[in-house]
Amino acid sequence: MSMRAALLWTCVTLAGSAVAAPARAERLIVSVSNHRVTVTPNYSGEELVLFGSVEKDDNTPVNRGNYDLVVTVSGPRADLVTRRKERKFGIWINTDSRQFIQVPSYLAVFANRPLDAIAPPDVQRRQQLGLNNILLTQRVGSDYADVVATDAFRSAYVRLRTEHGLYREATSAVTFLTPTLFRTGIPLPAEVPIGTYDVEIKLFAAGALVTKTDTAFDIVKVGFEQFVANTARQHGLLYGLFTAFMALMTGWMASVVFRRD
Amino acid sequence: MQLYLPIADIPVNVFLILAMGAAVGFVSGMFGIGGGFLMTPLLIFIGIAPAVAVASVTSHMAASSFSGALTYWRRRAIDPALALLLLSGGIVGTVLGVWFFTVLRTLGQLDLTIALSYVVLLTTVGGLMFWEGLRAILRVRRGVAVPLRRSGSHGWIHGLPLKMRFKRSKIYLSVIPVIFVGLLIGFIGTVMGVGGGFILVPIMIYLLRVPTSTVIGTSMVLTLVTMIFATLLHAVTNHLVDAVLALILMVGGVTGAQFGARAGQKIRGENLRLLLGLLILMVGIRFAIELVVQPGDLFTIRETGGAG
Repeated sequence: MSMRAALLWTCVTLAGSAVAAPARAERLIVSVSNHRVTVTPNYSGEELVLFGSVEKDDNTPVNRGNYDLVVTVSGPRADLVTRRKERKFGIWINTDSRQFIQVPSYLAVFANRPLDAIAPPDVQRRQQLGLNNILLTQRVGSDYADVVATDAFRSAYVRLRTEHGLYREATSAVTFLTPTLFRTGIPLPAEVPIGTYDVEIKLFAAGALVTKTDTAFDIVKVGFEQFVANTARQHGLLYGLFTAFMALMTGWMASVVFRRD
Repeated sequence: MQLYLPIADIPVNVFLILAMGAAVGFVSGMFGIGGGFLMTPLLIFIGIAPAVAVASVTSHMAASSFSGALTYWRRRAIDPALALLLLSGGIVGTVLGVWFFTVLRTLGQLDLTIALSYVVLLTTVGGLMFWEGLRAILRVRRGVAVPLRRSGSHGWIHGLPLKMRFKRSKIYLSVIPVIFVGLLIGFIGTVMGVGGGFILVPIMIYLLRVPTSTVIGTSMVLTLVTMIFATLLHAVTNHLVDAVLALILMVGGVTGAQFGARAGQKIRGENLRLLLGLLILMVGIRFAIELVVQPGDLFTIRETGGAG
């Protein structure tokens, strides 16, 4: 039964259609510690906590083994270009470049144990588990496609993002407090962009997907930060005039304060 | 003390930014340059997006040059006629620069062109100034009197028609080279994203033979006006001017500029030129090294818009 359910679910996922999910044996209930992270003047990043539990019902096989959990957090999407430098005429210049289309600005993968132990490679690929398997669309000529994880541009892109703390993969970050109760931290460095973050939680058992759910949280500017950002965007000229006036006032003040002659 | 910048979208240390503003302000007050070619790389270094850094630095330079200009004005070290003529050329140059910038961008080698022009301009200008300053100092050491006005050495520039008397600078000069220099500065400044003071000061001293006493104040007026326009342009077109970042830079900058202006008045002209030459040369060499030495990472990432 469980195998068939898993198989059926796999087929549904493969078809990519959003038909009503089949009767599932387990249900995931999750919550993020804060659904609305507010950016204040002293904001310097934050760490959220994701809590959840696996709810079993009558359909759950009694001999069900241990659960595995993979959490994927993806931030607002943007187009990015990765450039490669080469030596030409004795100087290092950008020669080759690859454009990444609508890739997450923040991407974090958390699991309770190494991904290879959770699911076989084909399932990992299909379920986009881990930084190596998540789809990062590139523009290759006139085509749009993802390439193998070992591609020079793709791995350089992931490496650079990881160095900035924007991409991360931690395969021991999810802790099961009881066999069905779990938690994981979501560290958000200060550089993460403003916007909506999607959290996808996938539950595995015996190498197959059992069920999944998703939630989201927002990082928003409030108060003064929001006011400044909105004014700059919506009333550019007024904002510019104000900044210029501020510059003149500051300059004038200084020459008055420091006047000695 | 950490503070979150609303446009740059990152938290920064207020005291670090204040110190950077003060240091660059001191240099700009002392030499009468905007200091953009120093400030922008510093901001990028601490993690601020290049576009935000370039846009916000313009208002910092406006504040610094205004406070400096006021001080020089009281010391009667600004030539209004000269400043006005330079500005009229500068406006035409800015328009031409914006056009050229767009052409370069469509050709696709904008970054390289900017980097190369930085290296060529900074090392040439810096090298020449350093060399000239060194020779002047050596002459003084040897006890050879340096003539204030080398009356016999008028070049072809001083033979051009449409001459006019610049009272404050005590020079008699054709308006053609003045307007042309303004045009050149406006053009280079727009393409390279700098105020252009570091090119204007040496050109005025060596080519136009404007006395050093009025060069710095007059150059500051030009920087002030172009930077006010640049702030407005950046705010209207890119929405990337970070007013909070700009204010911190300004407060540090104007304070530094005041002390810099005073230090500049105390230092002998040739020493000042030697120091400025050395500074420009060093920044130029740094850019050159960046181009020649193999970078630690061959790959770079840049946002191309479309953020959602």
